[in-house]
Amino acid sequence: MTKRAGMGTIRVIGVGNAWRGDDAVGLQAARRLRERLGPSVEVIDAEGDGLALLDLMEGVDHVILIDAVKGGGRPGATVRLDLSAESRWGTVVPCSTHAMGVADAIDLARALGRLPKQVILHGIEIESVDSGHSLSGAVREGLDIVVGQVTRDVERAQCMNCT
Amino acid sequence: MGKEDVKGKKSSLPEKGKRTRTIAIGAIARVEGEGALRVTVKDGEVRDVELRIFEPPRYFEAFLVGRHFTEVPDIVARICGICPVAYQMSAVHALEQAFGIRVPGPIRDLRRLIYCAEWIESHALHVYMLHAPDFLGYDGAIDMAKDHRDAVARGLRLKKAGNRLLAFLGGRSVHPVSVKVGGFSRVPTRHELQGLTDELLWARDAAIETVQWVAGFEKPEFRQDYTFAALAPEDEYPFNEGPIRSSRGLHIEACDFEHHFTESQVPYSTALHSTLNGESYLAGPAARLHLNASRLSPLAKHAWEETRLGLTILNPFNTIVARSVEILFALEEALRVIQAYEMPRSPSVSVTPRAGVGMACTEAPRGMLYHRYAVDEQGTIREAKIIPPTSQNQRRIEDDLRAFVPQVLSLSTKKAALACERLIRCYDPCISCATHFLRLEVCEAAT
Repeated sequence: MTKRAGMGTIRVIGVGNAWRGDDAVGLQAARRLRERLGPSVEVIDAEGDGLALLDLMEGVDHVILIDAVKGGGRPGATVRLDLSAESRWGTVVPCSTHAMGVADAIDLARALGRLPKQVILHGIEIESVDSGHSLSGAVREGLDIVVGQVTRDVERAQCMNCT
Repeated sequence: MGKEDVKGKKSSLPEKGKRTRTIAIGAIARVEGEGALRVTVKDGEVRDVELRIFEPPRYFEAFLVGRHFTEVPDIVARICGICPVAYQMSAVHALEQAFGIRVPGPIRDLRRLIYCAEWIESHALHVYMLHAPDFLGYDGAIDMAKDHRDAVARGLRLKKAGNRLLAFLGGRSVHPVSVKVGGFSRVPTRHELQGLTDELLWARDAAIETVQWVAGFEKPEFRQDYTFAALAPEDEYPFNEGPIRSSRGLHIEACDFEHHFTESQVPYSTALHSTLNGESYLAGPAARLHLNASRLSPLAKHAWEETRLGLTILNPFNTIVARSVEILFALEEALRVIQAYEMPRSPSVSVTPRAGVGMACTEAPRGMLYHRYAVDEQGTIREAKIIPPTSQNQRRIEDDLRAFVPQVLSLSTKKAALACERLIRCYDPCISCATHFLRLEVCEAAT
């Protein structure tokens, strides 16, 4: 039997803008995960200012971020980056309509020594960020995949917290 | 990050007019949003400067038509994630003017307080994360943080103090939801507000350090003879009210804004350019400070005088100091409002719509933000006009660049482009209110 980690050791953060088409995918993933994972795992939304992530990542050992990305892949393709030791963005660019986005927040937290022990980013390649549109079909498929992957990551992190 | 693309070789230079020199920056760094800039040079002289903005906020003006006035504060808050309070404040004041409403003192004070929160977070973001790296020789805040960890941590905590105050008053720190025509949907108790005091006192001290820190930065030599324009009330540093004044003698009310400030279309941009009596003008912290220095709060006034910069604010690179003085002012003002606060009997006054037109101008972090609404007797919006500060400063940025580019043409293309970027950043352009992509190009004309 594994002991489930208590609230506060793992945090799932969905990042995005609910009003900008596929950029909402991180928030929608968070909503699905909140229902699926129940109250033992903290699942929060991050809209707007990327710098707010510095505070949102504080106080826990494991952070799982879900965000729309542009990396040249087909819409709906998913990518999982373990950013705990170093930022290896490659061609993956988390989407932000502001000057300081997710990548900046992670790199800044690292420079300030404020990055949690484990940070994993799940990215979903997006197609359109037009205002007022719903998720495109391909991105919905990517969303389903990421929800499954994050669930497994959470279970793994909970195992790492076993005593 | 920039890329350098030089077409033609230097050896062909003697043949005048044969060279095309292009500096292209894929996306200018550390500004809010994206846009494009093109500078054309002929025989070493700047012929044309075009700041291109592709996605103006006029869609919002169209969205607003046909909506009930009660929806306006929530809709306009969505124009910008950095300065939503400014949009809400200009909207509610314009609509209240149309309906003939004046809010009582405590609500007026709370509106100043929520504006303080926005200035603190917006200015701290720009001073520390976006602008300071230019003066200290870093590509950005992340690189700067490695050597200046304490300063960056101070900036982040300052910004957080603003975020916290805004979240407290507005219900959340991005796109607040408590602002309504007539007041607020909820107002805090005196006890709740007092709970913010300790952190704001820390932030006030940090703001004094900030002014001293940025005043010590080495600035490029560059001065312009600006026309400053800002709200300038008789007895307070401006947020929501006051006549509009300029450093050249303009003194008008917001209802006369469109008689003096004119918007015109330029072929290379879908955003409109604002001019004052046909000329560019400067809105924002430097203009506010220039016209209102005597109305600063005591510590802010002292800190500003200690910098001994005075009229050297005519150098746009000193705007970082003006912005920092305003952080300090906003913290002193926030503490003053909290100290004097008495909870109003009702969070808002009752509003009865009537047909009419209302105009208001308030001071967004980046400068004057003008709204005008025509409303029918049911309170439905029939016409909306919004003139954001970045749109007002566009022509001024172009004029600055026209004067500045000759100073940097002897530099490598990459360094010249970076110097132009730094000048643009002095304006803290909130291009995300209006634009989609910023690319910088300097071309030497072939004919």
